[in-house]
Amino acid sequence: MENFLELTKLISPASLIPLFPLLGFLLTAFFGKTLKHAAGWLASAMILISFCLSTFLFINLPANADLSFTIFDWIKFGNVTLSFGFLIDHLSIIMLLVVTGIGFLIHLYSIGYMHNDEGFARFFSYLNLFIFFMLLLVLGNSYLVMFIGWEGVGLCSYLLIGFWFKNDAYNDAAKKAFIMNRIGDLGFLVAMFYMLFYFGGLDFETVNAGAQTLEVGNTLLVTITLLLFVGAMGKSAQIPLYTWLPDAMAGPTPVSALIHAATMVTAGIYMIARSNIIFAMAPLTLEVVMWVGVITSLFAAFIGMKQTDIKKVLAYSTVSQLGLMFVALGVGAFSSGMFHVVTHAFFKALLFLGAGSVIHAMGGEQDIRNMGGLAKYIKITFYTFLIATLAISGIFPFAGFFSKDEILAASFSEHKAVWVLASISSMITAFYMFRVMFLTFQNSFRGTEEQKHHLHESPWTMTVPLSILAIFSMVAGFWGMPAVMSSTHWFGTYLAPVFEGSKAYLGEGHHLDHGTEIMLMVIATVLALVSISIAYVMYVKNKTLPEADAETTGVAKWAANKFYVDEFYDKIIVRPITILSDVLFVLVDKLVIDLVVMAGAWLVGFTGRTIRLVQTGNTGFYVFAMVIGMMVLMFIQLVY
Amino acid sequence: MEQQILQAHPQNWYLVLSTILFSIGVMGVLMRRNALIILMCIELMLNSVNLLLVSFSAYAGNTDGQVFVFFIMVVAAAEVAVGLALLVSIYRNIATTDIDVLSKLKW
Repeated sequence: MENFLELTKLISPASLIPLFPLLGFLLTAFFGKTLKHAAGWLASAMILISFCLSTFLFINLPANADLSFTIFDWIKFGNVTLSFGFLIDHLSIIMLLVVTGIGFLIHLYSIGYMHNDEGFARFFSYLNLFIFFMLLLVLGNSYLVMFIGWEGVGLCSYLLIGFWFKNDAYNDAAKKAFIMNRIGDLGFLVAMFYMLFYFGGLDFETVNAGAQTLEVGNTLLVTITLLLFVGAMGKSAQIPLYTWLPDAMAGPTPVSALIHAATMVTAGIYMIARSNIIFAMAPLTLEVVMWVGVITSLFAAFIGMKQTDIKKVLAYSTVSQLGLMFVALGVGAFSSGMFHVVTHAFFKALLFLGAGSVIHAMGGEQDIRNMGGLAKYIKITFYTFLIATLAISGIFPFAGFFSKDEILAASFSEHKAVWVLASISSMITAFYMFRVMFLTFQNSFRGTEEQKHHLHESPWTMTVPLSILAIFSMVAGFWGMPAVMSSTHWFGTYLAPVFEGSKAYLGEGHHLDHGTEIMLMVIATVLALVSISIAYVMYVKNKTLPEADAETTGVAKWAANKFYVDEFYDKIIVRPITILSDVLFVLVDKLVIDLVVMAGAWLVGFTGRTIRLVQTGNTGFYVFAMVIGMMVLMFIQLVY
Repeated sequence: MEQQILQAHPQNWYLVLSTILFSIGVMGVLMRRNALIILMCIELMLNSVNLLLVSFSAYAGNTDGQVFVFFIMVVAAAEVAVGLALLVSIYRNIATTDIDVLSKLKW
């Protein structure tokens, strides 16, 4: 309580954080035409302010303290009050820093990348709106506020995937993303209804308190957590709802970096980490989370091996990495999962931005078969891309090594089979990432003469974010060094108060002794090195090229065609629905509804057609009819 | 008793008179084809009812009915003005007021 005063001072900066992006959105949306290219700078400045405020909170929030405050009471009925409020604790601060920090860099990058686009101001207004909703999602102190952000980022994702709306395929991708997300959101929504009904509130405190009155593994808790996980599956692209993410690459590359790699897709992981207490109380759900995560990770990695579009490879690697994060959550290593979210945000954003820089240099070409030898033309992009590739492959001492090692170690101590599968998945990751790297940057150029002439390094607004992200991809790992190397795990310690509550239900995670830990690291590194060498031999020494689409056969063809999952969904879900609606159209709409409606219309028409004949235009007849009518009325009056 | 009969007799006469006037009006409306005459007959019907109202008012011994009749007459005057104006306008256009000719407004 003694730091109560100190905490209240943080309320206004905290509530201001999401307001700046909103302001930026309004300004760029309404005055975009007049602002022209200033819109990009304005939008970036807004995010920078939010980032500074987040840093301020990070510095000033006392250790072990959290600040939850209500901004206004939103809905009141009976004895339930749903309020709109924010929660500032270590978890949300980490996410705030990632969202605003990487968001700012990507805004800056977009100024260069989108410079010649006619929708320049519109692009930035969408980006700012996205940041606003993402901040709401992260800051919310209840599932309701989180859900507003959750839906909002989905909307912005839809708008940005279909940013080039003149292309029908892009619009289809946008719709697909939106619909897949809606399926997941339904789970989230139903989970909220359950919570409201059984716990009488939606803020995290009420729900956690309500949950703790139940015993571990209670059916209600399992139901709620499974439903929440369905929401996370949609947003974070896990099997079976992952198919939208690769298609989402239709959007401009900075969008893929910001929304579909670094921030929005990690919302599911954030949500589960936020609900760690109820998830920890439902061991069955954690088991499901773990298995879905590991299977997704492996499956996406397999598909990634055979993709030839540079962005598609990165998309599948995102799905795969998200799977690994879910494995971490599933084995109860919440802070390891969050750690991977952060490091992944750095190197995956860097990979996407690097890919964007490559595409920029190639004048829109995305097929890695037509690239090659770019290292000497675009040096900064090459080196930053190399760093990110090393980081994602888990090579010491880059960021990915530490976070991935933590997840692997956690899964090793919990479940050996999952550890094996996750290791295979990260081995494949190293292979296909280096495949992309070698095919893009090594050997000689395979594109047209025109493209070769066009090759150029990107402007500074693009290379500066690349360099900053590259630095973070190198050093971010040191925030969470394993026990073998350092006695302090800064990241884990920082997040520890958030996950305090779930400790009791998870049981004391048996700590691996140092020998095992070193062994695991060596195994992971050796596996990564082996697959890098395979990639090197295949694509640099033997100069193998991925064959043309038509020539792929066997399993490779399956992988190249994404295991025909889209076609499968089309057959199993989309086709039956269209057939059913065709049948309903003929049977119900045409036969029943149309019949009833048309019969009514016909009856009215028929009556009108018949009765209008009475209107002869002969005044004498009217008067006669009137007199007769009056006499009849009089007669009735007299008789009855 | 005698006084009552004396009082009843004039009332009867009024009733008979207004019935006759009303019937003349109805027959006129039904039989004549000149719109002007029909309009006059309608006025006749209206005034026969006015007469009845006044007589009942006197019979009942209060003045409500008489005041009411004044209002009716004022409104009727306005209505006649409109009706005659329409009629004049029709006559100017087609040079007749025969209702059998004026039968375009149908179906």
